[in-house]
Amino acid sequence: MNPLYFDNNATTRVAPEVVEAMLPYFTEYYGNPSSMHTFGGSVAAQINDARAKLSDLLGASPDEILYTSCGTESDSTAIMAALRSNPDKKHVITSRVEHPAIKNLCEYLAKIGYRISFVPVDHKGRLDMEYLIRHLTDDTAIASFMWANNETGVIFPIDELAEILSERGILFHTDAVQAVGKVPIDLKKTRIDMLSLSGHKLHAPKGIGALYVRKGTKFSPFLIGGHQEKGRRGGTENVASIIGLGKASEIVAAHMAEENSRIKALRNKLETQLVQKIPNALVNGDTANRLPNTSSIAFEFVEGESILLMMNEFGICASSGSACTSGSLEPSHVLRAMGVPFTAAHGTIRFSLSIYNTESEVDLIVEKLPPIIERLRTMSPFWKGGCGCS
Amino acid sequence: MWEYTDKVKDHFLNPRNVGEIENPDGVGEVGSLACGDALTLYFKLDDHERIKDAKFKTFGCASAIASSSALTEMLIGKTLKEAETITNENIADYLGGLPKEKMHCSVMGRDALEKAITCYRGSAEKKVEGNIVCECFGVTDIQIERAVRENHLTTIEQVTDYVKAGGGCGNCHEKIQEIINTVLGKETPARKKSPALTNLQKIKLIEQTLEREIKPALNKDGGDIELIDVSGNIVQVRLRGTCATCKKSQITLKNYVEAKLRELVTPEIMVEEVTL
Repeated sequence: MNPLYFDNNATTRVAPEVVEAMLPYFTEYYGNPSSMHTFGGSVAAQINDARAKLSDLLGASPDEILYTSCGTESDSTAIMAALRSNPDKKHVITSRVEHPAIKNLCEYLAKIGYRISFVPVDHKGRLDMEYLIRHLTDDTAIASFMWANNETGVIFPIDELAEILSERGILFHTDAVQAVGKVPIDLKKTRIDMLSLSGHKLHAPKGIGALYVRKGTKFSPFLIGGHQEKGRRGGTENVASIIGLGKASEIVAAHMAEENSRIKALRNKLETQLVQKIPNALVNGDTANRLPNTSSIAFEFVEGESILLMMNEFGICASSGSACTSGSLEPSHVLRAMGVPFTAAHGTIRFSLSIYNTESEVDLIVEKLPPIIERLRTMSPFWKGGCGCS
Repeated sequence: MWEYTDKVKDHFLNPRNVGEIENPDGVGEVGSLACGDALTLYFKLDDHERIKDAKFKTFGCASAIASSSALTEMLIGKTLKEAETITNENIADYLGGLPKEKMHCSVMGRDALEKAITCYRGSAEKKVEGNIVCECFGVTDIQIERAVRENHLTTIEQVTDYVKAGGGCGNCHEKIQEIINTVLGKETPARKKSPALTNLQKIKLIEQTLEREIKPALNKDGGDIELIDVSGNIVQVRLRGTCATCKKSQITLKNYVEAKLRELVTPEIMVEEVTL
C-alpha cells in the first residue's frame, strides 16, 4: 500500500533529483575534500557550490553557513556558542513552545546554573511580546525563538523580534527547521544572528543540518576537531548530503510559490472539509499566521493514538499531539502552553503536507476520517452525540 | 510506533462488547478526560451470580480499548467470585502482553471491574480513598501502594507505567519512593517471621533480592553484581562494572549488599567476594 504521507513536519521524502545529485558522491567522487590531490580536492569545489545554493535560499552569504549533522546539533551549537562567547551573562530567554532540541537544552542549562525565561503564548499560540520585553536584561546572553512551530505551524513575528533584540544588543537565534523551504527567508533584511535548519525537512536526507552565523558574531565551536568549516565544526564533511541539501535548496526555492498557493489550498481544503464533516473538530493555532502546509485539528472526546492507528489501516500517515503516542502521559507541551482544553488536546492530529501531496489524497482522507472519528466516539463514554457536553 | 501484539491490534480494531447495558447489575466508572483515558464497565448477572453480559465504553489509546474489550470477554460466563480474582496482570496476559508504558491500561480495567462489583454489592464506595500523592493524575497513596505490592514494583518509573503517578510534573517522586520503600520494608517482617527457610527458598530469596534490590542500585553507578554460589549462609558474589575496580567495593559489599540480604533474607548471611 502506498502511504498517504501527511507527516512532512516529521520528515520528508528525499526528492528524486536530490538522490540523483548525491549518488556520484558515494560511487565516483568519494575523495576527502581536505585532500591535496585533485581527486579529493575537487569535491571541495562542489561543496562550495552547494553552500552557495543553500545561502541563496536564505539570503545569506556562503561563509555564513556551517554544516552540522542535524537541526538539534545546530540548535545546541548556537546556544552554547552564545554562552561561551559571553561567559559573564547567565540568562537565556526562549518560548514555552520550542522543539525539544531547545526546550530540553534550556532545562538542562537551568540545572547547571543558568536563569531561563520561558515566554508564554496565548490560546492561539501567539507569543506574549509584553512578557518577553519585560524579561530582557543586561544579563541575557541569547534569545532563542522558533520561526514556525512544528506542531501547529504558527509563525512567530521574527522581524519584530529581531528588531527588539538587536536594539538591546541581545543575540538572536531562531530554530527555523520548519520554516526553511516553506516561507520566504531573507537574512539580509532581518537582524537574526543565528538560524538553525535541517535537511530532511526540505527533501534532503536525514543526517545533514546547517547553522547560519551572521558575519561578525562571536563564535565558539561545539564539535572541536579538525579545520573543517573554518574550524567552526570539526569532522569530515558529509559530502553527499551537503550536495543533496544544495540540490534540495534549489528545488524548494523553485517551489516556494507552489507551496504558498497549491499546497496551501490543499491544506485548506483538507481542514475545512474535515471541520465541516466532523462535529466538535477545532483547528489549533493562529490560522492567520501559519505555515502553508500544516494543520493541527482537535477532535474532541477521542484519543489521538487511536485515531492514528485507525488511519494507519488505510495507509494514512499523520501525527498526534496526544500523550499516548509519545509514551509520556500528558499531551504535548505546545498544546498545554496554549491552554488547549484536555477534551481537545488528547484528540489532536497534525497533518503536514509537501509538494508531493495530491488532491485525490486529500479527498481520500476526507472520506476515511469522519467514520473513524464517529466510530471512536460511539466507543467513548464522554460522547453524548454532538451536543458537546460531557 | 508501539509494539502491540496481534491480539491487542485485533481487540482494538474489532473491539468486542462495546456499548451500554440497560438496567445493569454493576457499573464501574474510572479515569477522566483530563487523564487521557477513561472506562465505563457494565455487567448483567443471571440468577446464579454468573456474568451473562458485559459491555464497555472507553476513551483512550489502542491499548486502553483493547484492555477493555479483553476484560469483557474474560468476564462473560464467569461467576462474580471468579471475576473478583482477575488482576491487571491477567488482562495484560490475555492480550499477549502490553508495552510496559501501557500497563496502566490493564490497571484501569481491573479498577473498573472492582468498582462495578462494589456497585453491585451495594456497599457504598469503599472509603479507602487515601491521600492524593500525584496531583497531575489524582493518584492516591493507597493506589500506589497497591500497585507496588501486587506487581512487585521497585522503581518510580514502574509506578508511573502502572498507575501514571509521577508522570506529570514529577513533584511527587520523593513521596512515591517513600511508598515503595515502605512497602518493601513492610514485607521484611513477614519474611523474617518464617524462620525455617528451606535451602531452595533461601537461594531464591537471595536471587530475588539481588535482582530487584541490589542490582538496580549498583547499576545506577555503573556497577553490577553476579551471584556465584550459596553454601549455608555464605553468599559468594562477584562484583562487575565500575564496582569491580572501585576501591570502596568492600564497603559496598559489607554495608550495602550484606546489610540488604540480612535485612530481607536472614540475619545470618555472610557475603564473600570471589575474585578470579
